[in-house]
Amino acid sequence: MGSVSLAKAETRRLVKRRFTRLFVLCGVLVLAAVAAGVLLTNHKTGPEQIAKATAEAQANYQQTVLANDRIKQECQRAQGTPDASNFPPNCEISDPAPSDFDPKWYLPPTFDFRESFGEMVTTFAAVLALVAYIVGASFVGAEWSSGGMMNLLLWRPRRLQVLGTKLGVLLSWTTVLTVVLGVLWTAGFYFIAKARGTTDSMTSGAWQSIGLMELRALVLVLVAGALGFGLASLGRHTATALGVAIGVTVVLQFGLAVLLGLANVKFPEVYLAPFWVFAWLNKQYVSQDFKTCDFSPTGGCQPETFTITWQMSGVALVALFALVVGGAMWTMRKRDIT
Amino acid sequence: MDAVLEIAGLRKSYRGRKGVRRALDGFDMVVGAGQVHGFLGPNGSGKTTTLRTLLGLIRPNGGRMALFGQEVPRHLPQVAGQLGAIVESPQFFGNFTARDTLSLLAEAGGVRRERVDAVLELVGLRDRARERVRTYSLGMKQRLAVASALLKEPRLLILDEPANGLDPGGIREMRTLMRNLAESGMTVLLSSHILGEIQLICDHVTIISAGRRVAAGSVADVLARNASASVRVRLEPGVDLIGAAAILKAKGAEVTVQTDHFVVGNAGNPAQITRILAEKEIYVSELSPVEADLESVFLELTGTGPVEGANRQVDEVGAGWGQ
Repeated sequence: MGSVSLAKAETRRLVKRRFTRLFVLCGVLVLAAVAAGVLLTNHKTGPEQIAKATAEAQANYQQTVLANDRIKQECQRAQGTPDASNFPPNCEISDPAPSDFDPKWYLPPTFDFRESFGEMVTTFAAVLALVAYIVGASFVGAEWSSGGMMNLLLWRPRRLQVLGTKLGVLLSWTTVLTVVLGVLWTAGFYFIAKARGTTDSMTSGAWQSIGLMELRALVLVLVAGALGFGLASLGRHTATALGVAIGVTVVLQFGLAVLLGLANVKFPEVYLAPFWVFAWLNKQYVSQDFKTCDFSPTGGCQPETFTITWQMSGVALVALFALVVGGAMWTMRKRDIT
Repeated sequence: MDAVLEIAGLRKSYRGRKGVRRALDGFDMVVGAGQVHGFLGPNGSGKTTTLRTLLGLIRPNGGRMALFGQEVPRHLPQVAGQLGAIVESPQFFGNFTARDTLSLLAEAGGVRRERVDAVLELVGLRDRARERVRTYSLGMKQRLAVASALLKEPRLLILDEPANGLDPGGIREMRTLMRNLAESGMTVLLSSHILGEIQLICDHVTIISAGRRVAAGSVADVLARNASASVRVRLEPGVDLIGAAAILKAKGAEVTVQTDHFVVGNAGNPAQITRILAEKEIYVSELSPVEADLESVFLELTGTGPVEGANRQVDEVGAGWGQ
């Protein structure tokens, strides 16, 4: 009864906050803008579009053949004059092949659900992780800085239960929000693909793969929310979490990337968080070291690689979660609240 | 009388750049059921540290505390439902209304929703309950804090500076409220700097200085114990006041001459004064004991009275009570 009433009160407190509503609205607007952009820039490809693209490819081929012939004639005329050096020896100019003008290159962009929805899940996870981080930080940070936490502890003098309930409420709310928006996101892009692309290659295996990717996106969003919450609780202010986020982005990512580049470090991506997030969502990220051989575009050399797997990223996420949330719980238990 | 609050030998130290500072140095306190108990002390004497420690917000380094006979902080969750408290300045999330703030606390504490309206009415915020707390004045926030403390119908109400920020009318209302609560059987522990208010409201008092108890008991007892043996002496009109004072001084009296009277500080036997002056044919028209008030007792016990030509610093107390 006691814990339930506390959880209900904290849920009310979370959804009642203007900050929560504002950032959820911002997140939803960003996602809506992305969906609208995809909808407006993609088109359905039917027989009409294919015929049009084929005609355009054919016309381009004909224009190129004519231009080629004109250049050949100019070359012939230039033979024996100083201008001959502007053309290949003996006017050996090869004719374009019809295969160089594939009609599919002339088709308007189209949204292939199986090919492209993975990128959309990444976008969705990034936006919601940011919202969860900020809302999580503000939820507990504002309580600390306004004195609300102290008031609550006068009513509920069980520190770990209070902080744990707040975190539980945040993660439950984040799960509901992510699942609801995730369903809408998936359905929205399915209909975009139906209207402006294709869903033809969606097998049950493809759906399962998307489902698992979305599940990993949910985990990422939850960890982001917990990190924001934990850091703000450690610093007893929302600004602590936001400061850490900015510090990590500026110093540990941009700064480190520059430093790694200068130091010619092997596989610099391994030290940068976005690639670990990419690996978590897309099952792996392969970093290649092009300095290990004389790379030639015609092939012949395989660069050395380092693969970040989703399992490695998962361990990193769990470790980060345990460190920050565990630290927040430990300090909550030990600190004097003044 | 049953004790609802007992503190014995409470110690708390803070480590800082200047070394260890003892905020509480073996502090003792007992509050009996039904008392309106004043808790007095100068700035930095350890009042708020005591209250925060009692309420589980600060961990003590030693000592024993009990509320309603149960050891705290170990059993604090069991007794928290009978305890209403505000500590220092009232702090609330500014974007919520007073009603939201109280209803969230009521829900978290499993208190009936009807209590929210009842306490808003009681502290005079009924008509402003739907406004955001950030628009409130300090006095209104103070009222809201008292309302939050009263929400659970506590047996013990702990209020730290409840009159802070209130206008004179508000102070009087708060005084009436305290009295009504005490009459209803609630025990009230009141920390304040307004000594006149404490003297008017409280029946018992504990005075703390430099982390130690320097006086405790009923207000009347504390005043009586610390009353000086001073008497006010007024003479017949036209009699040389300074000459009379010189006669008494010559006999060893501590005399302070005022405009139309003088005060004898060490008047253990006031009859001596009349006898000495009568021998010189000087007759006394008034001989009355100088009554001590709480302020003078407080300043005397805590050693925080103003000293001519000196600027007292926070944490500086009179000789004998230093850390």
